[in-house]
Amino acid sequence: MDQNNYEDRVAALEQRIRDLENQTAQHNATPRESWKSWAEKYGLVVAWIVIILVLGTFKPAQMFAWNSYATMFGSNAMVVVLTLALIIPLTTGDFDLSVAGTMGLSSMVIAVLNVKLGLPIPGAIVIALLTGALVGAINAFFIIYFGVFSLIVTLGTGYFISGMILWIADSGTVAGVSMGLVKAVILTRFLGIPVGFYYALILTVAIWYLFQYTALGRRMLFVGRGREVARLSGVNVTRMRTGALIASSTLAAFAGVLYTGMRGVADPSSALAFLLPAFAAAFLGSTAIYPGRFNAPGAFVAVYFLSTGIMGLNFLGVDSFVQNLFYGGGLVIAVAISQLIRGRKSMDG
Amino acid sequence: MNVTDHTRGIPFGGAALEIEHLSKQFGGTYALNDVSLHVARGEVHGLLGSNGSGKSTLIKVLAGFHTPEPGASIRLYDQSLPLPVSGVKARAMGLAFVHQHLGLIGSLSVTENLFLNKLATEDGWGLNWNALHREASDIFSRFDLAINPRVEVAQLSPVQQALLAIVRAYEELRHASEDHADRPGVLVLDEPTPFLPRAGVEQLFRLVRQCTNLGASVIFVSHDVDEVREITDRATILRDGHLIDTLETAHTSHEGFVEPIIGRHLEDYGGHAKSLNDAQTRVRVTDLAGPGVGPLSFDIAKGEILGLTGLIGSGCDEVPALTYGARAAGAGTIELDGETRPLAQMTPEEALDWGMAYLPADRLGAAGVGSLPVADNTAMPVFDRLRKGLGLTARAIEQHAHGLGARAGVKPNVPTLPLEALSGGNAQKALMAKWLQIEPRVLLLDEPTQGVDVGARQQLWDALDRAAEGGACILVGSTDYDQLAQICHRVLIFARGQIVAELSGAELTQETIAEHCYRSTTELA
Repeated sequence: MDQNNYEDRVAALEQRIRDLENQTAQHNATPRESWKSWAEKYGLVVAWIVIILVLGTFKPAQMFAWNSYATMFGSNAMVVVLTLALIIPLTTGDFDLSVAGTMGLSSMVIAVLNVKLGLPIPGAIVIALLTGALVGAINAFFIIYFGVFSLIVTLGTGYFISGMILWIADSGTVAGVSMGLVKAVILTRFLGIPVGFYYALILTVAIWYLFQYTALGRRMLFVGRGREVARLSGVNVTRMRTGALIASSTLAAFAGVLYTGMRGVADPSSALAFLLPAFAAAFLGSTAIYPGRFNAPGAFVAVYFLSTGIMGLNFLGVDSFVQNLFYGGGLVIAVAISQLIRGRKSMDG
Repeated sequence: MNVTDHTRGIPFGGAALEIEHLSKQFGGTYALNDVSLHVARGEVHGLLGSNGSGKSTLIKVLAGFHTPEPGASIRLYDQSLPLPVSGVKARAMGLAFVHQHLGLIGSLSVTENLFLNKLATEDGWGLNWNALHREASDIFSRFDLAINPRVEVAQLSPVQQALLAIVRAYEELRHASEDHADRPGVLVLDEPTPFLPRAGVEQLFRLVRQCTNLGASVIFVSHDVDEVREITDRATILRDGHLIDTLETAHTSHEGFVEPIIGRHLEDYGGHAKSLNDAQTRVRVTDLAGPGVGPLSFDIAKGEILGLTGLIGSGCDEVPALTYGARAAGAGTIELDGETRPLAQMTPEEALDWGMAYLPADRLGAAGVGSLPVADNTAMPVFDRLRKGLGLTARAIEQHAHGLGARAGVKPNVPTLPLEALSGGNAQKALMAKWLQIEPRVLLLDEPTQGVDVGARQQLWDALDRAAEGGACILVGSTDYDQLAQICHRVLIFARGQIVAELSGAELTQETIAEHCYRSTTELA
């Protein structure tokens, strides 16, 4: 009798173990995969929070003050716009190294027209944006009509533009841009954040929508990943690439508008320093939210992730060279990670 | 030792390669399940199976890419090979591989490629290029090959490149067996033929026989039953990771091979040409001319599947691309349902808009994007149609692609997978479905079943048949005569850019197509 009882209990226990094993097996089968993809998507956001907390333990008064972030959000708005400008041609498979130059040119065009020639701000902005579009058209002409590699063309036009800026600026800083523009970019605040930030936010949403929810955005991705596939599927590849390059330069010109409004002055050289931060953010952003693709929300998070890190290190009293370390290192690490994501994806298949 | 019956009069002195109880698991499923396989000395041993049968896993285990499950053993000439296989060790013991991509460097010379391993490990500074070129010429002349050692590999024809890769692998074997002549080596040819024209395949087979005559054994991996029947002494068939059978080639019919490969009886598909009841011309191409092609004219009836074939360089493969505007035609017009347009100005955009669709042969280069999901690849032509409310959602695309994949028999039908994760056959099913969903009036195909397994081929053909029954005009450019004989109503034979013969009805068989292809070139020469 005892014997029977004992065997029953063993059998019941064994059954329990099997059930548990099945449960864990089921539990592990899919969720682990989805945990991995969750980590991939939101890893950058988590990292952002982590650096805020880590730097906050050293400098709580500054790192946990809303005002620090409000200022940072506002003063990096043009970096967001410049990064958005970059990811459009990157998605269709072209580099645009002239964006920072175009931003500087637009800034200088506004200042010269407004200050030296007395043109009202709205007119100056329109002309600056048209100048940007023209730069894009010139880039597209050389890249597509002559078939020159985009990296080379835009490297050249970017340098060319930096010369143009010095020329029209007479090699000096132009100060005294109308307060109307400064008000419209930085002096007006909403929730404590300068309105310039909201322009960047609206553009981020618009480009996110374009890439994720429109047929045009999906086709752009095909143009970038498989030009021949897109062409044979009836996509006008030339028009797409031209459009992307013109959109990129026009957005870069808009970044120039924000940049001028933020400072009320235009100088001939400082805009050029934003090329690397924008590239770093574009590639870092491509590892987040929609991993493996250049995407607007990822770019947005990446810009503020990088600038939070720099802000915190400044609070710690680290020298300004840290910016270069951060952006330069960020770019290489971001590209390495995106390579890893892509590589692993294809190996999984 | 099992004594193997042989068919080519080669003395089989026992086994060259013995694989015992080889298994390989991927995430709980067996890609190879207890496979034991013996390759005799001097034998050409075929390895057949559809995609996913485990034949590429088997080759990858041999090449050292995969670690087999414990319990397996691999012996080369009675010497045990440590597992997992180390590439260097295997080569030293006499195992050499030629993969489909050949592993040649196009920008280097033939000689540099031939001695690539030697050059990579050579310590000396000075290289005597003249001596190396001479050595290369000597090797080629031993195999009766006319290859100039000084030219760049990129300038060789695809056939010459394949021959070079095989000679190089054989030379490595010979080098490895210099000290022990009793171990001439095993050469593994992993699908070397799909991209070669028929004449090239024959040249390649001649080289394979030269290698076996010198004592080496050859494992010949292929999709093509006819090629396996032609070149092998015995052939092993894998299906779903199991070894189904090892067959004596000489005693096995075509069906005898095909049935174990697909695991069911092959529907009697062809053998008799299909005919159209009511053939009204729907497409008329007139005076089409392009680089190396034409001027030529042909027409396609409503619901007709028209095949275009010829030897390599005949221009038959250019016609679908020229008709679609994928490559610029020099001249010609196309008439579709009574409307005529010039072909010289045709663009893919216009062609698509007009109801034409084109599926190129380069599956992941021109037909689909490997790194993007299957969903995006298949839904691409109908993005505009899938937009609802706020916009085009990933969910709408995936649902659409899932339905499309289910109807086309894509396996696994997971639309979020990147296209490159699918096997050749399944990727092709998905890409064919991409175009069939827009119900084109004219469907232009280039080598639609290249590198596709027997089962998937059947499904692709069924899909074409249904489209044709719906009234579409289908143009198939292919050098697969068997395929053309089975699916086409009519076949046009090309030579030197011209149509030289038209086959239909009782004339339309694999043999007559082949005969016309070869006859046409000799007549024109």
